Amino acid sequence: MECVFGLVGNDFAVVAADTSAVHSILVHKSNEDKIMILDSHKLVAASGESGDRVQFTEYIQKNVALYQFRNGIPLTTAAAANFTRGELATALRKNPYSVNILLAGYDKETGPSLYYIDYIATLHKVDKGAFGYGSYFSLAMMDRHYHSGMTVEEAIDLVDKCIAEIRSRLVVAPPNFVIKIVDKDGAREYAWRESVKDAAVASA
Amino acid sequence: MSIFEYNGSALVAMVGKNCFAIASDRRLGVQLQTIATDFQRISKIHDRLFLGLSGLATDAQTLYQRLVFRHKLYQLREERDMKPETFANLVSAILYEKRFGPYFCQPVIAGLGDEDKPFICTMDSIGAKELAKDFVVAGTASESLYGACESMFKEDMEPEELFETVSQALLSSVDRDCLSGWGGHVYVVTPTEVKERILKGRMD
Repeated sequence: MECVFGLVGNDFAVVAADTSAVHSILVHKSNEDKIMILDSHKLVAASGESGDRVQFTEYIQKNVALYQFRNGIPLTTAAAANFTRGELATALRKNPYSVNILLAGYDKETGPSLYYIDYIATLHKVDKGAFGYGSYFSLAMMDRHYHSGMTVEEAIDLVDKCIAEIRSRLVVAPPNFVIKIVDKDGAREYAWRESVKDAAVASA
Repeated sequence: MSIFEYNGSALVAMVGKNCFAIASDRRLGVQLQTIATDFQRISKIHDRLFLGLSGLATDAQTLYQRLVFRHKLYQLREERDMKPETFANLVSAILYEKRFGPYFCQPVIAGLGDEDKPFICTMDSIGAKELAKDFVVAGTASESLYGACESMFKEDMEPEELFETVSQALLSSVDRDCLSGWGGHVYVVTPTEVKERILKGRMD
């Protein structure tokens, strides 16, 4: 029931993900951050098997950092997306990762971009994308309200509309979401949308 | 649903008078959900050789990368472009290498050979070549495409008439297939130029 979605605005890209860590019927925690800051201007929103998700995205993050150390310049978003796809494709027929990824980035030369990479390594550059059961609702909402060149306010409003739709129409809807944004000033957390706060741990 | 029908695709190549046309649909889906409506299925290998890959999108992308790599090596060693017949043999060999763990793709190869003679062929996922003098088809809409092409094809069509024929055959076939469609991409190649056109069909 993991929900991940994202869209591209006029000079930024925004991604949102639910924050529940679930195993079978148990919710381990509801503040799990599934959007990793890959480097200064890239975000990776990942959904899928939680072990694979963390291991694979960290592997990509460290390799992207290694490239920057070795070559002195950061990878472009397209290059990072193609690298990620390559790793998923190589592992596909040996030891596949069950991770779906939305990679959002901002490059000075080409502006914002969003890449859809599913768990069998299908890569496609998109304006709006989503994974999981929530995608049925968020994609429909974005198909209706999205237009190219949206401002941050319009985009966040659309993200909130998608979250509202998921909350009201998905049977086991995740209660909390995190929204992260990437633009010329870098990748950063934008907001949380919480409807259930984790209880504070009682002191021993 | 078979693995060949996971993403949905439609491809057709047709021979004309000293020219050929190769056309595809534009849908990228995940089973019954549509992810994108601008997916490129046909790639240029060189000015007189085009390759269309139907079937599983991730394998189409991997196979395309391997074939471009092999063709670039060939260009470096031979100092010329590959002939379409040679390229078809290469694709067939690469597919048969994976005989017991195949790429789930059906390629369509179209090119201008010696003396500008048009060459088209298709093959199955393990490299069994099917040469044809008139047209070849592939993808989830292949049965409809066979019927449409058989009835609309004429020998020695000029490029403009060939474009019309291929477009009508493609659009009418994908309209009967829920997994392919959302427009069309047609390349008409003559010895002097390549004309790329986008078709607007039923957007469903």
